[in-house]
Amino acid sequence: TVMATPRADDWSWFPALALGVSFLKCLLINAYHSTDFEVHRNWLAITHSFPVSKWYHENTSEWTLDYPPLFAWFEYGLSHVAQHFDKEMLVVQNLVYTSPTTVLFQRLSVIVTDMVFIYAVRECCRSVREEKGFKDLLGHPFFILAALLLWNFGLLIVDHIHFQYNGFLFGILLLSVARHLQGRHLEGALLFAVLLNLKHIYLYIAPAYGIFLLRSYCLTEDNTDGSVRWSSFSPVRLVALGSIVISVCALSFGPFIAMGQLPQVLSRLFPFKRGLCHAYWAPNVWALYNMVDKALSVLGVRLKLLDVAKLPKASMTGGLVQEFQHSILPSVSPSITLICTLLSIMPAVLSIWRRPRGARGFLRCLVVCALGSFMFGWHVHEKAILMAILPFSILAVESREDAGIFLMLTTTGHYSLFPLLFTAAELPIKVLLMLLFTLYSFTSLKKLFRGSLLNPLETTYLLGLVAVEILCEVVYPLLPWQHTLPFVPLLVTSVYCSLGVSYSFIRLYVSLLRQDGTDKHKQL
Amino acid sequence: MENWSLVSLCVLLGLTARWAVSLNSYSGAGKPPMFGDYEAQRHWQEVTYNLPVHEWYFNTTDNNLNYWGLDYPPLTAYHSLLCAHVAKLINPDWVELHASRGYESYGHKLFMRATVLVADLLIYIPAVVLYSFYLSEGSNKKKVCTVLCILLYPGLILIDYGHFQYNSISLGLALWGVVGLGLGWDVLGSLVFVLSLNYKQMELYHSLPFFCYLLGKCFKQGLAGRGLFLLVKIAVTVLVTFALCWLPFLSNPGQVLQVVHRLFPVGRGLFEDKVANTWCSLNVLIKIKTILSTDTQLYLSLTTTLLAILPSSIKLLMKPTLWQFKLALVNSSLAFFLFSFQVHEKSILLPALPVCLLLNDLPLPAIWFLQASTFSMLPLFLKDGLLVPYVVTSLAFLFFSVYLLSALEHCSEDKLRLGPYRRLLICMPRMDLGSVTKWKFYFSITAMAGLSFMSVALAPPAQLPDLFPLLVSVFSYHHFLGLLLYFNIIQIAEPPQSVRKNQKKSN
Repeated sequence: TVMATPRADDWSWFPALALGVSFLKCLLINAYHSTDFEVHRNWLAITHSFPVSKWYHENTSEWTLDYPPLFAWFEYGLSHVAQHFDKEMLVVQNLVYTSPTTVLFQRLSVIVTDMVFIYAVRECCRSVREEKGFKDLLGHPFFILAALLLWNFGLLIVDHIHFQYNGFLFGILLLSVARHLQGRHLEGALLFAVLLNLKHIYLYIAPAYGIFLLRSYCLTEDNTDGSVRWSSFSPVRLVALGSIVISVCALSFGPFIAMGQLPQVLSRLFPFKRGLCHAYWAPNVWALYNMVDKALSVLGVRLKLLDVAKLPKASMTGGLVQEFQHSILPSVSPSITLICTLLSIMPAVLSIWRRPRGARGFLRCLVVCALGSFMFGWHVHEKAILMAILPFSILAVESREDAGIFLMLTTTGHYSLFPLLFTAAELPIKVLLMLLFTLYSFTSLKKLFRGSLLNPLETTYLLGLVAVEILCEVVYPLLPWQHTLPFVPLLVTSVYCSLGVSYSFIRLYVSLLRQDGTDKHKQL
Repeated sequence: MENWSLVSLCVLLGLTARWAVSLNSYSGAGKPPMFGDYEAQRHWQEVTYNLPVHEWYFNTTDNNLNYWGLDYPPLTAYHSLLCAHVAKLINPDWVELHASRGYESYGHKLFMRATVLVADLLIYIPAVVLYSFYLSEGSNKKKVCTVLCILLYPGLILIDYGHFQYNSISLGLALWGVVGLGLGWDVLGSLVFVLSLNYKQMELYHSLPFFCYLLGKCFKQGLAGRGLFLLVKIAVTVLVTFALCWLPFLSNPGQVLQVVHRLFPVGRGLFEDKVANTWCSLNVLIKIKTILSTDTQLYLSLTTTLLAILPSSIKLLMKPTLWQFKLALVNSSLAFFLFSFQVHEKSILLPALPVCLLLNDLPLPAIWFLQASTFSMLPLFLKDGLLVPYVVTSLAFLFFSVYLLSALEHCSEDKLRLGPYRRLLICMPRMDLGSVTKWKFYFSITAMAGLSFMSVALAPPAQLPDLFPLLVSVFSYHHFLGLLLYFNIIQIAEPPQSVRKNQKKSN
């Protein structure tokens, strides 16, 4: 059969893998979708029904347009196809409109635009370092990488059940990474500039891009000890880079600047009125911070050190409210989270400035930036973990240590997405898909690196996720506290997961800094 | 990767596909007063839970047999009772006598779907894995591919998880029977098969090959010695199992007769709706249903069915090997489907099960048959609102089975065992039958796609409202008839044992 005869030039398995997951996505068309479905339907309607000047002013629906202009143009393009399915979905007043053809169109639009993602995965797989020697197809790093990316659990449930367009956005990101791995830096920069103008959350990883391009592209050579050689600075390259980035931004924001709407657009893009944490706390440092605060306040009340009446009310119902007021620990403001984020990514960025380790060093820095902003950012969504998981997959198939960190990070990160799908009918789907992905990632990476990748403590922690799941979704709904303390499962999930994500973050940092150390050692 | 992890991945994929299909609509959703098979199954839970056993099959004030009366054998009734007890624990409204009629809700649908998944996971899926690993040939990779392809067969998924039935139980038990016989555990195998027969009477389609295989084996061991002992053992097992299944009804012969009467409703005529079998297709040309009396119809169908299954049964009796047994299962169940009395379109799943078992040996014909069988149920799927899952699962199965089993590369005349055709077509010009078959396959798949598209997109002419369902069933009928001939010819013309063994080695 095909599987028994691996040839590096035989790529017939790739379409099979991609088609397989596309079929699965099509089967999920009638699954539950979140309010994000209505968000995107509304954007289709807005861009279709109004002139550009109204796009960022329209507010009939509460789900106003809050992505950058290129994404609005993307919706505008989609709306021209949408009118052939059902014109009613393009009427702004038809709030929460979900006719079967609307569902079909919106779902298919996600599935079809995922072609970008599929192409990007293929490019990434071609840039993966190969070990020599005969292996069967299933054991090749490029096959494993393709499976890990195409069948990524998080992307499947966030895009094809919950409903978002992350597939093609991550496609552009991965394509840009692949171009850097292939040494085609200008294309990589162009793609990233486009990506930033599609969804501004990718600003978090912009430092990695900026420093990498300046250091490894604009400076063409290093000194023999690897330090910066200023004399090799190439102004032509800087101008080329700059003009690419500026022209993309001009194309996107230019019309709005011309119309004098820039402040309005920016106020839509950066709504700081939201709270520190999302309704469901993303598993990051702030989840732990909130938890410590809560524990301290409960302890304080018990020990009669605190007066219940003086505590902010929200703190005792927390978890479900957007605004979480801290009772003991100081409250956190957006600027503090920004400083924390910058501090957390600084060492990584500095490290690739001092010792650029090529595109792979850049990729590692990118993952650290994504994870750092996830850990310390303001109002982080649990979905943002994918920004770290997906690029990290490339590193995971190339080094044993990264594979171990990857397993910790993905398993915890993916599990932390479970509360996104809270409907009973989707419970089996999310459990099955999670098992599918987790089982595959563990067995394939274990086979690739010939041996266990986790220590007993890590294994125990991950097995604990099973216990958390059973507790939160099977046992707890049967208990009497379900009505008085409904937020406990979410709280347990996010606190338990934040331990794992934090641990992975620290290990990732250690690996990065240790590489710095070994590099220095080599020079000595 | 190790086999266990690959198999687990396949099973997980199969389960995911199943549950994803189950998110869609079911038969008769929101269509009072009769609803559909979903309501039938729920109604049986209501009846078995609330009424004493001796009223289950009788028309009483509490049990209106005209409203989805129980017409499956006792094991189905016990299964309904078991589900009803679970339902009662979750929400008593679901099975309350009379009041629960036509009950539909999000939670209830979830419960019903879950009962199908549990039964599938416990019975059908393990049987598929066991069969592929112990009774099919080839490398481990190939076995894994076989597991995946069998688990992805769309017909069964769509009927069980879309339309709503429990075919995975009866077919799963029958498959356990095949596995039992294949591994040489004849007594156990026949016991399980009897259970399957007592779950759904349609399993009679498979019963003759079981009978002939076991009898043939007894003959081979010598009826004077060990063969007789085996025969007695099997006979006692079958009788005892039957007796145990029917225990609550045995106290009164009237009960038994009533159950049998419910199981075989002779009065309902030769066929209903549009079925891709001989009678319905013939009806296009000659209105047999109106010309012939019910009795004549009954005898006609009985005779033709017997004639159609005779050759394969005799051959199996003389040569009871697993290969012959599998082919005989296909031939017998397909003959029943094409010629017997009161056939439903869903009964195509009965031949589809043994054809799944041939996926490894004869990939192209098996895939072809399985596609045609799914296609033949298209009108039903459209009625149930299962268009999207039908299209997706069919395309997925077609692509993956052809790709994983390299079906299009293994279609030389030898691999397809077309030798006998060559001899029959001696006068025909010399051409490569393998590639002819391939082209016919392409053409047929294209036609199925075209007909599916037409059924969905075009409105039939006013004077022919049933045009598309009829076209679908006549078109599928020709596939079934052609493949019945093909499988019969392969079975009858099988070369002597020694040749086949050599062939195996050379593979």
